[in-house]
Amino acid sequence: MISVPETPEPGNGRPGPARAGTPRDLVAVMTGFARTLRAAGVPADHERTQSLLRALSHLDATRPRDVYWAGRLTLCASADDLPRYDRVFRAYFGGRRAGRGRRAGLVVIRHTAVPSGGDGGDERPARVASASAAEVLRNRDVAAMTEAELTEARRLLALMRAGRERRRSRRFGPSRRGRLDGGATVRETLRRGGETARLRYRAHRARPRRVVLLVDVSGSMSPYADTLLRLGHALLRAEPRATEVFSAGTRLTRLTAELRHRDPSTAMDAASAAIPDWSGGTRLGEELRRFLALNDARGATVVIASDGWERGDVSLLAAQMARLSRMAHRVIWANPHKGREGYRPLTAGIRAALPYIDDFVAGHSLAAFEELARLLGGAHA
Amino acid sequence: MRTGGAPDVSDVRSPGELGELLDRQDYLADEGLVVAAFLALRMGRPLLLEGEAGVGKTELARTLAAVLEAPLIRLQCYEGLDGPQALYDWDFARQLLHLKAAEAQGAADAARLETEVYDRRFLVARPLLRAVETQPSVLLIDEIDRADVEFEAILLEVLSDFAITVPELGTIRAERPPVVVLTSNRTREVHDALKRRCLYHWLEHPSFDREVAILLRRLPACSAALAEQVAAAAGRLRGAGLIKPPGIAESLDWAEALLTLGARTLDPGLAAATLGALLKHREDHEAVLGGGLLGDLRA
Repeated sequence: MISVPETPEPGNGRPGPARAGTPRDLVAVMTGFARTLRAAGVPADHERTQSLLRALSHLDATRPRDVYWAGRLTLCASADDLPRYDRVFRAYFGGRRAGRGRRAGLVVIRHTAVPSGGDGGDERPARVASASAAEVLRNRDVAAMTEAELTEARRLLALMRAGRERRRSRRFGPSRRGRLDGGATVRETLRRGGETARLRYRAHRARPRRVVLLVDVSGSMSPYADTLLRLGHALLRAEPRATEVFSAGTRLTRLTAELRHRDPSTAMDAASAAIPDWSGGTRLGEELRRFLALNDARGATVVIASDGWERGDVSLLAAQMARLSRMAHRVIWANPHKGREGYRPLTAGIRAALPYIDDFVAGHSLAAFEELARLLGGAHA
Repeated sequence: MRTGGAPDVSDVRSPGELGELLDRQDYLADEGLVVAAFLALRMGRPLLLEGEAGVGKTELARTLAAVLEAPLIRLQCYEGLDGPQALYDWDFARQLLHLKAAEAQGAADAARLETEVYDRRFLVARPLLRAVETQPSVLLIDEIDRADVEFEAILLEVLSDFAITVPELGTIRAERPPVVVLTSNRTREVHDALKRRCLYHWLEHPSFDREVAILLRRLPACSAALAEQVAAAAGRLRGAGLIKPPGIAESLDWAEALLTLGARTLDPGLAAATLGALLKHREDHEAVLGGGLLGDLRA
């Protein structure tokens, strides 16, 4: 349960609002407050600060609670901002300066592999020349690739253009058959000076179906997570408005905004920095529950990339998979181990999830990713 | 504040005064929400309310309309909502009839026909245009997160200057901006450009005391004991990791269901029988009935 937050009671050491005698002081104090908030990651930019000052002109700027609420209402943009806002408010008006710097408690672990390792120097690493070499690379397990091969694989992955299954949109476009288009008919009639014209029609347009990719970034998946996130980047680049990417492990994180950058390595850097639980455990059931609460699955094709090493309660995973299969258009599970010789779905997580999966595919090589892209394009296994 | 008639926006002098007016309409808001609504009124800015389902987001718009004695104009968002359904639409059938009649009379002046056909009387006002044309009014844009991202661009234009441009007709402008309340269940993130136009407030589940007060106010037949039990149970269920934790709307429904069955206090049998008013997922029912959570309800 979310508890009702107590308004932090400001202490009396700082340039608190009560001391802001003249409007000039008020502006200085509030601008400083906004700057501190920005340092803590709250989007309190200039325009929002202006709003805060306007809001305060309607309230009592000497009352801490009024300042608290005016700031919270104008400077915050999301529920995620509220804990940070409370912390900064308490620190700024309560005696301590908020720690300069990034969001506290977030350990940034860069996971992107070192680009083009030592053996090649400045040269482009061993470019795969022949078609057969490319074919070998396509089918090679990502986890077994050398640094040079990995670089080439990433390049090919970034080039992959993933088509997308279409679904009927609610919107209309002109069409030869369909429903009568009143507006177009009136305009046509007018163009002919009131003479009854040919009737115009309209029909539903088609839109790409949304794809949501959940990448397991737990320890057992670490050889694949980087490549899978790059696949997410490629999917996102192909259909920016119909793709969402999440990392899952112990803390579900939405990476769509981070991966939006055109350049794969910039996007990957941003994504790596945003993932708080690299190489930790897996609580897929719990993560799925959180994911379903976001309602992002509705009508989408959901791809779960995981080996199914569930550390949590397997019955929770089964229940959440059941719910997911009801909400999603299609559920695809990509398991890197499925590509191995003699693989059988034995882990408890996979066995619990299997009844609710529409397509169970491998996720270990470029060829496997292409197969996945083909499925997302509307082909059925 | 005036004593007779509806209070005007500029008559409300302080958040406390607005809180009292809301209270008189049986809406018990906490301090943050009152300040939010007060600033929305005084600054003429839209208020974006986010929070779990059933915490009273939509109800606030309704209550504000009642306080200001202004009509509530509601725009329910859904996937595929577009301009013609939200702004205005031309009444094509009547336009065509008009053209046919003009043709029959032999009037063939194309330019005149055109100005005639694109007249205000052939324009059907949808919620956004209606809100711009009606003063005063409260515009409720409900569940904005359900609409497409493209729709937010339309909204942004309207909420920026409260003017709607009909290409064939000109610009229709609101002399006084309507009071605008947007709600979102946060199934997706609302675009930042729209957010910066708005005051943002995250609405929490009410505290135990407030929930009891709301139950007693809304359901006069409810005993204090029952209200406390219902609020305590709802509060506990909110922390139980259910798919859909009950909001204040659900606990009101539940208390009403219990009252209808003549309950004076909460007993496990009645609680189980009426659980459908509180929880709307089979899995949640199972968790509560099977997981021993119901036993807690008695406490």
